[in-house]
Amino acid sequence: MITSILVVSGIGLVCGVALALGARYLSVEENPLIGTVTELLLGANCGACGYAGCGGYAQAIVAGEAPPNRCPSCTPEALAQISAALGIAPIEAAAREVALVLCRGDDEQAQKRFVYDGITDCAAAAAVGGGDKACRYGCLGYGTCLRACPAGAIEMVNGVARVHPELCISCRKCVAACPRGIIRMVPAASHTHIFCSSRDPGATVRKVCKVGCIGCRICTRLAEGAITMDGTLAVVDYKQPLDNEELPAKCPGKCILKV
Amino acid sequence: MNTEQQNTAAGPELVVGVSPHIHSGASVERIMLDVVIALLPAVAAALYFFGLNAARLIVTCVATCLATEWICRRLMGRNNTLGDFSALVTGLLLALNLPPGLPTWMAIAGGVFAIAVAKQVFGGLGYNPFNPALAARAFLLISFTGPMTTWSASCIDATSTATPLGMVKEAFKAGAPAPFAMDGGLTLDFLLGNMNGCIGETSAIALLIGALYLLYRRVITWHIPVAFIGTVAIYAAILHAVNPAASMPVHFHLLTGGLMLGACFMATDMVTTPTTARGRLIFGVGCGLLTMVLRTVKTGAYPEGVSFAILIMNAFTPLINRATRHRIFGAAEAAKREARK
Amino acid sequence: MKVSPAPFLFRGGIHPPDSKTATAALPLKDLPLPARLEVSTSQHLGAPAAPCVAVGDRVTAGQLIAKASGFISANVHAPAAGTIAAIREAPTPTGRTATAIIIETDADAPAGEPPYKPIPDWREQAPRSLLDRVAEAGIVGMGGAGFPTHVKLSPPGDKPIDTLILNGAECEPFLNSDNRLLIERAEQVWEGCQIIRRILGAGTIRVAIEDNKREAAKALAAAMESAPDDAHIHLLKTLYPQGSEKQQIYSVTGRTVPMGGLPMDVGCVVENVATAYAVWDAVVNGRPLTARAITVTGDAVNTPTNWFAPVGTSFADLVAASGGARDNLAKLIAGGPMMGFALPSLEVAMSKTSSGLLLFPRECVRPYRSMACINCGRCVEACPLGLMPNELSQAAEADDIDEAENRHVMDCFECGACAYVCPARRPLVQHMRRAKAVITQRRRAAAQQKKT
Repeated sequence: MITSILVVSGIGLVCGVALALGARYLSVEENPLIGTVTELLLGANCGACGYAGCGGYAQAIVAGEAPPNRCPSCTPEALAQISAALGIAPIEAAAREVALVLCRGDDEQAQKRFVYDGITDCAAAAAVGGGDKACRYGCLGYGTCLRACPAGAIEMVNGVARVHPELCISCRKCVAACPRGIIRMVPAASHTHIFCSSRDPGATVRKVCKVGCIGCRICTRLAEGAITMDGTLAVVDYKQPLDNEELPAKCPGKCILKV
Repeated sequence: MNTEQQNTAAGPELVVGVSPHIHSGASVERIMLDVVIALLPAVAAALYFFGLNAARLIVTCVATCLATEWICRRLMGRNNTLGDFSALVTGLLLALNLPPGLPTWMAIAGGVFAIAVAKQVFGGLGYNPFNPALAARAFLLISFTGPMTTWSASCIDATSTATPLGMVKEAFKAGAPAPFAMDGGLTLDFLLGNMNGCIGETSAIALLIGALYLLYRRVITWHIPVAFIGTVAIYAAILHAVNPAASMPVHFHLLTGGLMLGACFMATDMVTTPTTARGRLIFGVGCGLLTMVLRTVKTGAYPEGVSFAILIMNAFTPLINRATRHRIFGAAEAAKREARK
Repeated sequence: MKVSPAPFLFRGGIHPPDSKTATAALPLKDLPLPARLEVSTSQHLGAPAAPCVAVGDRVTAGQLIAKASGFISANVHAPAAGTIAAIREAPTPTGRTATAIIIETDADAPAGEPPYKPIPDWREQAPRSLLDRVAEAGIVGMGGAGFPTHVKLSPPGDKPIDTLILNGAECEPFLNSDNRLLIERAEQVWEGCQIIRRILGAGTIRVAIEDNKREAAKALAAAMESAPDDAHIHLLKTLYPQGSEKQQIYSVTGRTVPMGGLPMDVGCVVENVATAYAVWDAVVNGRPLTARAITVTGDAVNTPTNWFAPVGTSFADLVAASGGARDNLAKLIAGGPMMGFALPSLEVAMSKTSSGLLLFPRECVRPYRSMACINCGRCVEACPLGLMPNELSQAAEADDIDEAENRHVMDCFECGACAYVCPARRPLVQHMRRAKAVITQRRRAAAQQKKT
C-alpha cells in the first residue's frame, strides 16, 4: 500500500519537476502583446479578417501588418483597448454589417415545382432539376448557410433561412455558402429591406411567389434615391438614408419589410 | 394530343431525386429482424436447458435495452429508433451472453450500459466502435466477476459450478489430467447444449441453424465464422498433437465457451466488423488466435476468451478496413502508365 | 462468326430485376408526327450547337438547323418539315436548360430528297469521307452520354484501335429500345457496325449482348451470317453495369482501361447499337440523326410502347400516344431507372440520347428516411470500380472533400449500384455527385488562377 503511494507520488514529482524545467528553459520567446490582443478579439476564429484565426490576426496587428479594425465582431470598447495596448491612436471602428437573406418566399408564400427527394443541402438540391422552388432565385431552405454559420445566427423559418442580426458576427461565410447567392451584407443600422432577389419579369414572379418584387417601381419614387432598379428588381442603396415609413405598406409585391 | 391535360395529371406532385430510382428493398429493419429470427433456436435452447432463469434474463435484458434506447434518443432530442430493432437484437444477444444465475439488477445494469454507454454515446446505430452486447458483457464481467462466473450446475457434474473450459483450466493448472473424456455421449451433450455456460452459448446446433439462416438471407457472409472457427480448430489441433495430455481435442474447443455464439452472431455484427471480404478473413483469424491465446495461456484469468477476442478485434476494424481496401479498377494500369512516362 | 459467353467478368455489380417483359415483345412503332417539336441544341456532350435558322423560317426534313460549335459538339437537324416557331431556353432531359429550336411541323409536306448524298458503295469509299458523313449527320453516342461519335472515331495516331465493340448490353432495367432495334433491324445495325470498323481501320468486331436477350443475339447472328466475318458475339452474364464502357471492355477482352484513361488507351472503341444504326442511316441513306427508338413504360402509363420517334418530341406527346399517364404517376424518369434523370414535368422534349421514358406509380416512390451507415459492406461488394462508397459518402457528408478526392471519388461514374443495395437507404450517388461538383469547381478555380 505504502509502496504504491510512494511510487505514484514519485512519478508525479519527477514529471512535475521536468515540466517546470521545460517551461523555464525551453519556452519560445513571444511578444506578450500578441496574447493580450488575442484575448481582446472575440475568439470566434471565423476568418472574416482574412487571417487563419484570431491568433494569426493578433500577430499581424502586433507586427503592424494589419490595422486592428478588420474584425467585424469586435466591439468599439475592445477596439479602443487594443489601440491603447498597442500605443497607437484610437482607430475608428468599421460600421457593423450583418448578413441578410434576400428572400421571404417560405413554404406558404412560394410555390414548389416538385417534391425533392435527397440530401439536405442547398447546392445538392439545386443540382437536382434546378431546385424544387418554382422561383429560380428563391431560398431553397435546405440549410447550407445554417451549417456554414460559426455563430449559430441562422434559423430556418418555414423553409426559408433567416439571419438573427444580433447574433451575426459578419464573417460572410453564409454569403459564400449560398448556391443561389441571395445573402447580402447590409449595415446593421438599416432596418428596411427589400426581401427579394428575383430577376425574372414581374409576371413570372407573381406566378410563383406571393412576396416577390414585381418591378413596379413604386418604391423607387417613394424612397427618393435610396432604392434603385437593377433590371426588374428593386435594390436598396444602403449608402442613402431610407426613412420612408410607408414603404412596406405601399409595396404591391409585399416584399419590403421593416425588421 | 392534349398536352395541357397531361400536364395537370402529372401536376406538381412529381417526386424528383437523384438516380438510382429503384432499390433492392433491403433495409436495416429487415436485417435486424433476420438476426432476431436467427436467434430464436438459441433462445428456445436456452429456455429448454435453463428454464425460468433464461426467461427472466431474456425479458429483463430486452426490456431494459428497449427502454434505454427510447430514453436516450428522447434525452438527445433525436428520432425514436426502436423501429430499427437494433436495441432488440442487443437485448437478446446480451441475455444470451449471461450466466443463468445472474441477479436481475445486474442484467438491468448490463442492458443500460450496452445501449447508453456502448451505443448511444457514440451516436447510435452505425457509430458504435464496439459490439454493444459484448461491451456490456465485458463491463459486467469486470464489475461483478463473481456472479458472472458462477454457473448453476447442469449436466457434467451435478455439484460443479464451473464451465467445461473452467474445469479444464483448473485441472491443467494443478497438473491434473483432463477432468472428463470427450466421448461420444458427452460430445452429443455439448452439441445440444447440455452443459454449464451462458444461457445462449451452450447449444451449438441451435446457433448453427441460426447462422445458416443468416447466410441464406445474406445478412452475413461466410468469411468471419469460417475464419474464426477454422483458426480455433487448427490452433487446437496443433496443441493437441504436440501435447495430448495437457490439451483438449479440437471438438471440445469448438463446442464450448461461446465460440459458436461469438463466431456466428457477435463477430458478424456489421457495424463493428470490416467491410471487405479480405478484411473479414483477417478479422476472423484474429478473433480465433486471440480466443485460443486467452483460453490456453496458463496464467490467464479468463478461460472464456471469445468475447474479449472479438472486442479487441473490433478496435482493429478501422485499421483492417484501411489495409484491405479493394484494388481500384484501372489503378494499377494507370500507375504502370505513369511509370512508363 | 461465333456466339460464345464473354470470357471475363468484372468485379462487383448487382442483379436488379430486369422488368423488361412489359415491352420486350412489342415491335417498334413509328410515332405519328407531333404538331410541335422542341429540338434542343444541346443533345450531346460538349458545346451546344449554334442555331443557323431564324424564327419564321421554313425548314425541310433533315435540314441543318444548328451547327456544331467547337471540336466537341454535334450538328442538329430538323426532324420534320415545318416552320420555326421560336428559339428559346428549354429544359433538357438531363435537368439542365439549353437553347431549343421549336418547329411547328407540316404533316402534308412531301417527303423530299435526303439532305445528304447516299453512299451505298461505302466499301469503296475512303474512311475519311465516311467519318465526315458521321460528323455532318450529327451522330452522337446514343447509349446515354451523347459523346459526339465523329470525335470518338478519330483517335490520335499513337492510339491504334484493334477492337471495335458493339454494345448491345442494355443492362438498365425496363429499357428495350436497343433490344428491339437489334431484333428488327439487325442487318442495318450490322452494316453500320462494319462502316464504323472501316472508319477506324479496326481489326475485329466484338458484339456484347447480355444473355437475357437471346432473341436479339440470334437476329444479329443471322444478319452476320450473310456477311461472313471474323466477328464474335459475346453473351455477357446479366449483371448491372455490363453496359458501362470500361466494364464491358474488361468482360469482352480482359483489358483494363487505366484509371482516368479512355477505351482507346487499350485499343478499343465501344459503340452502342443505336449509334451503329444511325451511322448506317447516315451513310447508306444520307439521312441525319433525327429519330430514335425509345421505350415508354412503367406501371403508371396505360399502354407501354416501344416507339421510333423524332428527336424533339415532347414527353407529354409520347405519354399521350402511349395511352396517357395513370392518376398514380409519381415519378418521371428520362433514361433507365439506374442512371436516368427524374423530371419535374412532362414538358421536356426527348433528345438523341433518350432511350427510355419511365412512369413510376406512387407505390414505387415511397418516401424514405435514410439512416446512418451500418457498415454492412454491401456497397463495397457492389461497386464495379472497387471504390468504398460507404467511406466516400461519409467523407462527403462531413465536408471532407479532400479525403473523398484522395480516395478517387472522381472516378465514380454514378452507376448507382451502391445506392441500390444500401439497406440504410443512403443517397450515396448524390453524395458522390456533390463531392465531384465541389472538386470540379475547385479545379476550375485553380486552373483560372494559374492563367491569370
